[in-house]
Amino acid sequence: MVNQNIDPPVLQICSLYANYGDVIALKDINLDVQRGEIVGLIGPNGAGKTTLIKVLSGVMNVSAGEVLINQKGISTYSPSQRARAIAVVPQARQLGGAFSVEQAVLLGRTAYLGFLGKPAKEDLLKTAWAMEKTGVDTLADRKLAEISGGEQQRVLLARALAQDTPALLLDEPTNHLDLRYQVNLLKLIKKLVKEEGLSVLMAMHDLNQVSGIADRVMLLANGQMMALGSPKEVLTPENIRNAYQTEIETFTHPKTNKHMIFPAE
Amino acid sequence: MSIALGAVTIPPGNALRIILGKLPWFGAAGDWPSYFETILFDLRLPHAILVALTGMALAGSGASFQGLFRNPLADPFLIGIASGAGLGAIIVMSIPQVGRFLIPLGAFLGGLITIGAVYRLAKVGKIVPLTTLILAGVAVGSFTSALTSFLMLISDEMILQAMSFLLGGSTVTGWEPLVIALPYFLVGLLLLVLGGHSLNVLQFGEEQAQQLGLHVERVKIFIIISASLTTAAAVSFSGVIGFVGLVVPHIIRMVWGGDYKRLIPLSILGGGVTLLLSDILARTVMAPSYLPVGIVTSIIGAPFFLWILRRAKREVFW
Repeated sequence: MVNQNIDPPVLQICSLYANYGDVIALKDINLDVQRGEIVGLIGPNGAGKTTLIKVLSGVMNVSAGEVLINQKGISTYSPSQRARAIAVVPQARQLGGAFSVEQAVLLGRTAYLGFLGKPAKEDLLKTAWAMEKTGVDTLADRKLAEISGGEQQRVLLARALAQDTPALLLDEPTNHLDLRYQVNLLKLIKKLVKEEGLSVLMAMHDLNQVSGIADRVMLLANGQMMALGSPKEVLTPENIRNAYQTEIETFTHPKTNKHMIFPAE
Repeated sequence: MSIALGAVTIPPGNALRIILGKLPWFGAAGDWPSYFETILFDLRLPHAILVALTGMALAGSGASFQGLFRNPLADPFLIGIASGAGLGAIIVMSIPQVGRFLIPLGAFLGGLITIGAVYRLAKVGKIVPLTTLILAGVAVGSFTSALTSFLMLISDEMILQAMSFLLGGSTVTGWEPLVIALPYFLVGLLLLVLGGHSLNVLQFGEEQAQQLGLHVERVKIFIIISASLTTAAAVSFSGVIGFVGLVVPHIIRMVWGGDYKRLIPLSILGGGVTLLLSDILARTVMAPSYLPVGIVTSIIGAPFFLWILRRAKREVFW
């Protein structure tokens, strides 16, 4: 029986495996991400979070399994086809300082531009739109090297929005940012995802931030999925102990009703 | 200026009028000795054009290599291509009864073989990390330089010719070599300019460039081939001339920024002007004898480059 009211997932990861040489880096990963859904990706260092993002964005090869975007397998996609299906927001560091903010965001249109990189009207409109959405339009002519880390991270978010993709991957976007920028950035991401109906997989370190922003959470350890579900279902003392070898206690935030954790040691 | 000065001085005003006189709608006649025209047209003008093209090729390929490696110290010499082209040229020179018109071909082949070897050596799995590329380039470059020195030592007759060549002699004269050289230069320079956008995307790093939709491996090969073609052309027609490919793009970058769509054409222009000026110095400083222009660019370029390095520590212009 087909239920017409439920859209098929935008991003589907089916029995995905990946290797670094002989070492298995990802093992049997399965995940569906719906339109407008944020899935938080957590796990200790070396669990495979960054590897998963590399595999999904085509930087690393799949050894087995398939990734579908809008029900089309992307393993045979060219880099430009893939970049029109999945955008990545990397961590803001080592940003080439020579470009202006506007030039950097316009390079998000690379997959749509020709070899010479001459932007069409559509590309300029998307660039302007992405800068406005992320609030970096006032910085358009500033050099990347001159703006703060928080602003750089928003520029990278704008660049990914300009890519105009149904799926968005974020690799620990709040790293290297101070608390104010972390909170602002997460609010902005949440707002954009809901407005634009993006499907998001976001690797994160801070488990309470994950709980605050993610609709669902996937816990990785040693390249395997240990848990997948709501923050409350995944962020349990038992799961965290197994993955991080750390004791936690959980409680409900008195104001936001969010599921929170606290180290118990 | 460049065509006016030399062992025989032709007043710049006269030189200009001779050139203009060749254009059909001027037809100016002047009171200069007729050998002025011969010197101008058969020696100075083709020489000046070749010098300008060489400077353009070196600065343009330097800028491209810098963009490819995301390293302001990258240079045609760094990845061994210039030494390889030099070796190819010397090998052709050392074979008796071989016309000097085969020298360009030897240099081009030498350059391509070198870059092929460097690329294969640097390859790790399916990709070519830039660090191994630079390491392989330095190693292969040293190897080819050593072979070049060896070849020069064992064949006494050609040592002078080869020395002058390796120092950046620009000894080629007349129109004929220029006609042979022109296609190499023009095709190479055009390809370099076309690669500007791809180099811009690469400035975010190879991983991000690919995530933005750039076919990174293909682009790297495109840039390497076009920059190698222009380097080989420069080396084979003018010898090994250092620092132009390093210093000119640096200055352009400091003044006009790091957008490769602008940086490469501007470096090409700046390289042409810079080498013409260096060439004038080379021909006048110790007149009437002629200094290899490579000596001039190195004497001026090396301290200048060190000064840039000192500045780079304090200022972000990259």
